[in-house]
Amino acid sequence: MKNKANYLLLLPGLILLGLFLFVPLFSTIFQTIRGKEGLTLVKYFDFFKDSYYISIYLRTLKLALITTLIAVMLGFPTAYYISRTNKKVRGLYIMLAVFPLLTSSVVRSFSWMVILGRNGIVNTILLNLNIINEPLKLLYNEFAIVVGLVYLFLPLMIMSLVGVMENIDNDLMEAAESLGASRLKAFIKVIFPLSVPGLIVGSVLVFTGSLTAYTTPQLLGGSNAKVLSTLVYQNAMSLFDWDTASVLATIMILTTLIVTTIINKLSGKLSGKR
Amino acid sequence: MNTKSRFLTIFSVLVYTFLIFPLVIITAAAFGANDYLKFPPEGFSFKWVANIFEVEMFIRTFKISIEIAVFGTFLALLIGIPAAYILSRYQFKGRNFLQGLFLSPVLIPAIVFGFSLLKFLIIKMQFPVYTSLLIGHTVVILPYIIRVISSSLESFDYSIEEAAVSLGAGRIKTFFIIVLPNITSGVIAAFILAFINSFNNVPISIFLTGPGVSTLPIQMMSYVEYYFDPTIAALSVILMLMTAILMFIIERTLGLSFFTK
Repeated sequence: MKNKANYLLLLPGLILLGLFLFVPLFSTIFQTIRGKEGLTLVKYFDFFKDSYYISIYLRTLKLALITTLIAVMLGFPTAYYISRTNKKVRGLYIMLAVFPLLTSSVVRSFSWMVILGRNGIVNTILLNLNIINEPLKLLYNEFAIVVGLVYLFLPLMIMSLVGVMENIDNDLMEAAESLGASRLKAFIKVIFPLSVPGLIVGSVLVFTGSLTAYTTPQLLGGSNAKVLSTLVYQNAMSLFDWDTASVLATIMILTTLIVTTIINKLSGKLSGKR
Repeated sequence: MNTKSRFLTIFSVLVYTFLIFPLVIITAAAFGANDYLKFPPEGFSFKWVANIFEVEMFIRTFKISIEIAVFGTFLALLIGIPAAYILSRYQFKGRNFLQGLFLSPVLIPAIVFGFSLLKFLIIKMQFPVYTSLLIGHTVVILPYIIRVISSSLESFDYSIEEAAVSLGAGRIKTFFIIVLPNITSGVIAAFILAFINSFNNVPISIFLTGPGVSTLPIQMMSYVEYYFDPTIAALSVILMLMTAILMFIIERTLGLSFFTK
């Protein structure tokens, strides 16, 4: 940069992020390793000894993984379909996916409370068909959380995939088929490898989003199915156990970072092979 | 059309039904006449829409949410536009690092950030709740501003700027009369996107509430804990209408294909 004064324009942003993002975060992380005599990891040992915390940590990972897999299974074919439609139709599909994305997560989670609740549409239909005699408990469990998370993050997966897939040339597919590949084989050999970057981005977004989401597990899981984020809130605001809340928060950051790094490394290998 | 692509069509329509259906349900529930949430609703009534205005906390927190979103977005634009301009205009050492830094708030779990702000700003620094809420929202929407402004600067031809400068206009004047007017639609889109994200935020706001200070989404969540009547459904319909209008503006300025990037 020629003019040093230009750097000054970055300064307000750097100060904002430094003072109000990094200082608060590092003070939270630092609190977890500060003991009476110097630095210690004893709070982490305590955490990993507690079977209740471990079970919640594993549940959080499990639900995030299931959500990501379902989002891929539903999102991949849909995104492929959208990317093959003409521009006008594609615009409509994108609009219908962006709308839920911009709608409040409270509204979106609440809609599933209406659907899965005691007097919700699912129970009403099953009762009227005499399939069940009394309403099923569909809310406040892991099932409800997964449904809510898939609903929350599926549009992100579709958007990430469409972005990559719409750049794949239709001729490529036709070329593969005309050279004798079956439609399915052409799909696996041609479309899938080219879609991997979108799949990676989408999976990272959905997995880390599900891992850290608060609103949906709070409303649909309640106190019966706690996850890491609702546990952070409970420890911080109901139990005032800030040490535990800080440890949970740090573990959440580390898990997010590790998962993102692993998936990115894997994608590097995948695209390296091609 | 062969059977395989027919399968694909049906599959996609079902997936989209899954995406849209809950929003239809919530709309239907909002106009039911029952006293509790039930589906299908019995009768038709506007009483739950009217009930929104009976709950004083909804009106108050709605105002606070709007204020925080508008002020926060203005602050983030003020800080973000110059930064985005420097980051896309010049090639320099450490540029990628700085770009990553400015986008980093979206990578930090929001619930962790909210908790850290509570401890640092409210407890340690004794900041007022309202100020802390504003700061938290400004930080978290800054990446949206940087991304949208950077992406609209990408298509800006800097030789126009060079021409203005070589004809004697000052750097600052050039920015305001040449660069800014060319990215107006980007600025509008950035504003709307940041506004929506601030308005909808839960995980940061939930730690930064205090006497008389809360936001609408937080108020809605605590209402749902105690009452299971269609008021929240009615409120949801109003919020969806607002979202639809804002999405229309984004479509006109930035184009919705931005979301597939």
